[in-house]
Amino acid sequence: MSNNRLIVIGGSAGSLHVMFDLLSGLRPGFPDAVLIVLHRNTQSDTGLEELMSAKTGLPCKEVEEKEPVLPGIIYLCPPDYHVLIEKQHTFSLDYSERVNFSRPSIDVTFKSAALAYGESLTAVLLSGANADGAGGLEFVKQQGGLTVVQDPSTAEVSFMPEYAIARGKIDLVLRAEDMPAVIFGPRPV
Amino acid sequence: MLSIIQYEELEILLNDLDTRYGYDFTEYSKASLQRRVQRLFAADKFPSFAEFRYRLRHDPHYFRRFVEEITVNVTEMLRDPAFYRVLRTVILPVLATYPFIRIWHAGCSTGEEVYSMAILLKEAGILHKSLLYGTDINPQVIEKARKGIFPMSQMQKYSENYILSGGLKDFSSYYTANYHLARFDAALGEKMVFSTHNLAADSSFNEFQLILCRNVLIYFERDLQNKVLNLFDTSLENLGYLALGAKESIRFSPLDSRYRQVGREKIWRKGL
Repeated sequence: MSNNRLIVIGGSAGSLHVMFDLLSGLRPGFPDAVLIVLHRNTQSDTGLEELMSAKTGLPCKEVEEKEPVLPGIIYLCPPDYHVLIEKQHTFSLDYSERVNFSRPSIDVTFKSAALAYGESLTAVLLSGANADGAGGLEFVKQQGGLTVVQDPSTAEVSFMPEYAIARGKIDLVLRAEDMPAVIFGPRPV
Repeated sequence: MLSIIQYEELEILLNDLDTRYGYDFTEYSKASLQRRVQRLFAADKFPSFAEFRYRLRHDPHYFRRFVEEITVNVTEMLRDPAFYRVLRTVILPVLATYPFIRIWHAGCSTGEEVYSMAILLKEAGILHKSLLYGTDINPQVIEKARKGIFPMSQMQKYSENYILSGGLKDFSSYYTANYHLARFDAALGEKMVFSTHNLAADSSFNEFQLILCRNVLIYFERDLQNKVLNLFDTSLENLGYLALGAKESIRFSPLDSRYRQVGREKIWRKGL
């Protein structure tokens, strides 16, 4: 088990290009693990890993059942499974009921990552049209992690970030272009 | 303030349940269990972990509810039509050569997969010489599976799955619609035996030519996964088939060297 940080980024409608912009700020040798929870169409958008890998120069792969979370890798949730993180920092897949009409659900991953990583977790919520993520951010906050939400005025679909901000105290509300320095940089005290 | 069940508390609960009721969940994936337990704890509005623990230790009825709620019972008919297409075209023609066919659906939940299989066997003309065993740890879902009654609201999706899996008949010919329920043909159910069985604790009970256990192993830690895979190995005839879920594999298990994958689906054949 490592002391490395984990950065979980959740997004839904209107978040894909923001996600790409964020990740293109990363360079090989990046010391933390990144996990992307994206509401995606089952089956249809294959090839996302290759694209993200090409943009960042970091290896990008779909999460596999029980594999360890390793630094310097961008992980993508597979379509139609929830992704959980064990306390010894391995991934588990889960095919239980949809949460917020979603599988993978951002709430599910935020909550389990919060328990496994505590203060070493940064959770980021981007554009989207549903309520997913808000409940998870509460968990992250309570377990000592850092919560970041995209400034709704800069989000293509503002509902999801607005909902999260209304529901709980968020550490940082940032415009997309200001995010990389904060979420991938040294952790603010 | 949120009350979050911590991993240390989860361990305490699991030890209680093992000691008190003989149900061993200690080798289940903790992240998944934590989530289910957290959900139950919140839904039943316990004021504290201590009260939750007390209730579980002292109320066997509540323990039943616990088992029903923390096990995952999501299933559907003919899920992953491509998988069923391989069953139809590759596996069933081999099984058809046997005088008697025994199939085990391990962790069958409410039985949708068992009925899916019975339909395939019927269409292959071999249902009459088949016996399908459906088992699950949760007695409540086994009761449902025995009835063979599923929500009408799902039938359109199942019908689409059926066509994609290579089905040529009218899917609705297999059930009778009764308001919001679809009652499946009793002739399908006649070849089924349902029973509770705990993969983590119970042993092999027969020899099979095909074992299906899809999206069950993901809820177990790796040691338990291997234990269960060994149980399947013991329960499978030579040249029998093992089918797992789309994200599951025998790759890191002792079975790996003795089984060969059938095409690209998560189906392996023993002894080749």
